[in-house]
Amino acid sequence: MNISLSWLSAMLGRPLDAADVAHRLAMLGAPAESIEPLHQDLGDVMVGLVERVEKHPNADRLTLCSVNTGREVLDVVCGARNVQAGHQYPFAPVGAVLPGGVKLDARSIRGVASQGMLCSARELGLGTDHEGILELHTDAAPGTPLLQALPLADTRLRLDVGANRPDLLGHRGVARELGAVYGLPVKLPAVPGAAPEGLAPRRVERQGGAGGIDVAIEDTAGCPRYIAAVIRGVRVGPSPAWLEARLRAVGARPINNVVDATNYILYELNQPLHAFDLARLRGGTIVIRPARPGERITTLDGEVRELTADMTMICDAEGPQAVGGVMGGRDSEVSAGTTDLVLECAYFDPKRIRKTRKALRLITEASYRFERGTDMQAMSDVVRRAVSLIRTVAGGDEREAPVDVYPVPQRPRAVFLRPERVEHLLGMAVARDEIERHLAGVGFTSAPKNGRLHVQVPGWRPDVTREVDLIEEVARLKGYDAFPVELRPFRPSGVPDDPIELLGARLRRLLTGYGLHEARTLPLTSAGDDPTVVRILNPISQDHTALRSSLLPALVRGVEHNWSIRQRDVRLFEIGHVFQRPRGASQPEETLHLAAVLSGARDVPHWSNGFRPPDYDVWDVKAMFAEAARLGGPAGDVVTADDGWILRDPSGGERGRAGALSADRPAWAGPVYGFELELEARERPAVRYAALGVTPPVERDISLMLPEGVIAEQVEAVLQEAGTALLERAVAFDEYRGPGVDGRSVAWRLVFRAPDRTLKDHEVDEVVGRILARLKVALGVVRREA
Amino acid sequence: MSTRSLTDELEAVAEAAAQVATADAARLAVLRTELLGRKAGRLTAILKALATLDPEERRVIGARANQLRRQLEDAIAAREAGLQQTVGRAAAVDGSMPGRPRWRGAKHPVTAVVDEICDIFRLIGFTRVVGPEIESEQYNFTKLNIALDHPAADAQDTFYLGPGLLLRSHTSPMQARTMELFPPPIRIVVPGRAYRRDALDASHLPVFEQLEGLAVDEGLSFVDFKAAIDFFVKRFFTRDTLVRFRPSFFPFVEPGAEVDVQCQVCRGSGCATCKRTGFLEIMGAGMVHPAVFENCGLDAERYTGYAFGMGPERIAMLRHGVPDIRLLIQPDMRFLEQFIER
Repeated sequence: MNISLSWLSAMLGRPLDAADVAHRLAMLGAPAESIEPLHQDLGDVMVGLVERVEKHPNADRLTLCSVNTGREVLDVVCGARNVQAGHQYPFAPVGAVLPGGVKLDARSIRGVASQGMLCSARELGLGTDHEGILELHTDAAPGTPLLQALPLADTRLRLDVGANRPDLLGHRGVARELGAVYGLPVKLPAVPGAAPEGLAPRRVERQGGAGGIDVAIEDTAGCPRYIAAVIRGVRVGPSPAWLEARLRAVGARPINNVVDATNYILYELNQPLHAFDLARLRGGTIVIRPARPGERITTLDGEVRELTADMTMICDAEGPQAVGGVMGGRDSEVSAGTTDLVLECAYFDPKRIRKTRKALRLITEASYRFERGTDMQAMSDVVRRAVSLIRTVAGGDEREAPVDVYPVPQRPRAVFLRPERVEHLLGMAVARDEIERHLAGVGFTSAPKNGRLHVQVPGWRPDVTREVDLIEEVARLKGYDAFPVELRPFRPSGVPDDPIELLGARLRRLLTGYGLHEARTLPLTSAGDDPTVVRILNPISQDHTALRSSLLPALVRGVEHNWSIRQRDVRLFEIGHVFQRPRGASQPEETLHLAAVLSGARDVPHWSNGFRPPDYDVWDVKAMFAEAARLGGPAGDVVTADDGWILRDPSGGERGRAGALSADRPAWAGPVYGFELELEARERPAVRYAALGVTPPVERDISLMLPEGVIAEQVEAVLQEAGTALLERAVAFDEYRGPGVDGRSVAWRLVFRAPDRTLKDHEVDEVVGRILARLKVALGVVRREA
Repeated sequence: MSTRSLTDELEAVAEAAAQVATADAARLAVLRTELLGRKAGRLTAILKALATLDPEERRVIGARANQLRRQLEDAIAAREAGLQQTVGRAAAVDGSMPGRPRWRGAKHPVTAVVDEICDIFRLIGFTRVVGPEIESEQYNFTKLNIALDHPAADAQDTFYLGPGLLLRSHTSPMQARTMELFPPPIRIVVPGRAYRRDALDASHLPVFEQLEGLAVDEGLSFVDFKAAIDFFVKRFFTRDTLVRFRPSFFPFVEPGAEVDVQCQVCRGSGCATCKRTGFLEIMGAGMVHPAVFENCGLDAERYTGYAFGMGPERIAMLRHGVPDIRLLIQPDMRFLEQFIER
């Protein structure tokens, strides 16, 4: 919401400092997003009195003016025809900088030196009129800065107003808040040369007339109150400068005096109004009713709108003339030829307006305010001020009182407030009279009743419906700063930590310890044609139409990105949710995953290794996968698969996968390996201490010939079984293929130990013999001949 | 050998002996053999030749030669010891060459911020929980007192997956989920991702991290709320950081507040980062709205509480001076390596 500082000053009856106003409003809940001094680019322009106008000696269309600047009289060449001696105009001397940043140079026009420029409204950014020089009707002396001479100097504050505070969408509402903190009363600014206040509206229940128009509400749910005033004999034309300046200050475009007057009231009192051309309303009637099937309207913006039965329409005898609360119709628009007006001042149901503006995709200043809730109780006063303003700026008469169709008059809402509840919630006692004072400051009236306060809520505060809303008002108006910062005793949380978060922390420690960096990629992707991906019904971009079902693709793209910047060594992991819509399932599912990718050097390049350490290979990823699965995966085993390894749970399901990955790889880059794993927080019993061996171990290395199809895992199973309790561990430490070996040879180091004695060589030989015999029988594995 | 030449040779040997002090291991071995070698050592030869001299000359030259031998033996021993000490230092290896580093990885700076925030709140009794990213309208809006037919809902332009099913637009649904599952005292922080239909640009992500907090118990007040937030800010930023509470509107809290902290860039004097206000907005917060308690089955007369929410990405950007939020979602090693703990 744009607020004019000078408008606020007029309401509070004293000059205001923009920075202080912004600070006070911020501390009341409506911070300014920007503070913009207006027309600062006119600082060099002054009032110039044209003393003499002569024809330019060398040009028919130009004149030569003598301009009195208060200090000197300068010769100025002018191209406009409306300049007359004895009148005052905006004058920019040589050296002045005009809006748009143009600096005025001394120059000679057709042989005559011009020592400045008389300016049009457009040149000053004050309007679109470029035909003539802007004539000034001012008492200011020549040489007075234009900003002082015209009501231009102003500051615009762009307020960020919460959706609960429609009252702050008008200047009076903002002034009311400031008045409460400054201790100033709010009064509506006097309108220069004001016509008398409009006549008091005459209330009817359903239907009634006013000066030639008959009004009836059929849709009382959509429109519970409608006031129509008739003004005859207006002259539509431009608005006076003060009115245009007010509208420009809030960023609105002046249109004509009638429309400008209604907009002025909107920005001042937060009540949208609409003026119809009475002559264009057929049958002399206004009916407020739901749209009928198939009805259409051409709105002011020239669009043809299809209407539906849940929209409230303002109709004449033949059809819709306005979309109630949203936008007027083009047919009955006020135009240059309009002489008789119907002025509408209505209340529209916020929810209805919201639906209508969504259906029509049309947000207007009116719909924005009606959707948030206007003040139904203030409408009678609003219409009287509006009629007065229109008559002031456009002339005309109001011959009969406006008709006020108001089937069920609304009574002010009453809310009870317990003073002790204020202390209970705010943590600090606030005296009852102070509570009442704060509430009264912004228009609430309160009276004690059975130990509580009976508070009447003003019509402009639809947000206040229960006790806590009043407590917030007390806190807000007292000021949040008034409450102490005091750490008081508390009870610790009864909610346990989520174990999955502890697991995430453990996995981050594991992987960063391995040298991997944590990535956070966007979980959105393009849907493709996979039926199991979770699609977004209302995506904002073609690239982001679905949720990821795996973390790895984005990490592989991350590797490719690093390659694109010549970064060869890439080590990344991510922990995040992935999504799937399993076939036949009604609901999408989400699972927490961990994924990692590795490419490039396994160690940091160093002079001792020729600055070219070996690259990661598939064994690195196998170990990381197995370690991560043990730490954070579901129960299961890492088993060999066709193209790497999978984590298989006891029921045979695949819960993770590791191996080489394909990527768009430049020749100089290393291969990419990676894994992805479902995470599951499981009970992890504390580590049980194993007694440290005090007897010496005996080591034996055995080289075994593994026939085709036999894998190390199988050999190790036999080693464990046949090695008995004496075999402490068995580790494969070498693999050989090549000359002298038919197939593959793998060597194991076997470590034997008895807990209670030193093993004798012959004991170990016996066990090794048993192992070899068992290997031969079970797997056809024999010792490699030396 | 004449007396004359013996004396000259003795002086030459003494001169050569002077080199011992600076010889490296190889040169020392050569010098030892050349001067003291059993067969061809120059000093050995002199000592052997003494026998041919007359007694007076033998006494003088012999004394000098024996003295020189002792000196030389001592010097060689000292040098050997010295050389042994410098092995691994300058002589054999240039210790100023770079040591052998290991790869180190880092938590994402946003994770680091989340962890730090959670750890600070843990000090005042908060536990850490998480919740689903796919949510229902019920939990994302209705139970939080956000009416879909009220303009307040427009602040959260939401991705839908199906009728009534959406991607949570904030982490606040966990307020309702926790209140329905656990009796007070509740003190939780809830990190997690939230989704909004914002176009990706330098300051917006359609998916962003949020961190929610909720405290519910009997007797919690606005003063407790202010104290908890102040406790956090003074530990997360610096002890002298000013905190400012301003009224604001969120449907699920009342009184609602926006929390500003003194700008960490200019310390409050006004700069481009804080748009010359001296303050930075870091969280929306307030006292839990009684309607939320009612919607979650808690007695709103008996229980009170406070809630807050903040954006760890924005806080990470402020803390590290990251100018573009998109850097946080691009897994660029040059970027991520900057956040290794040092």
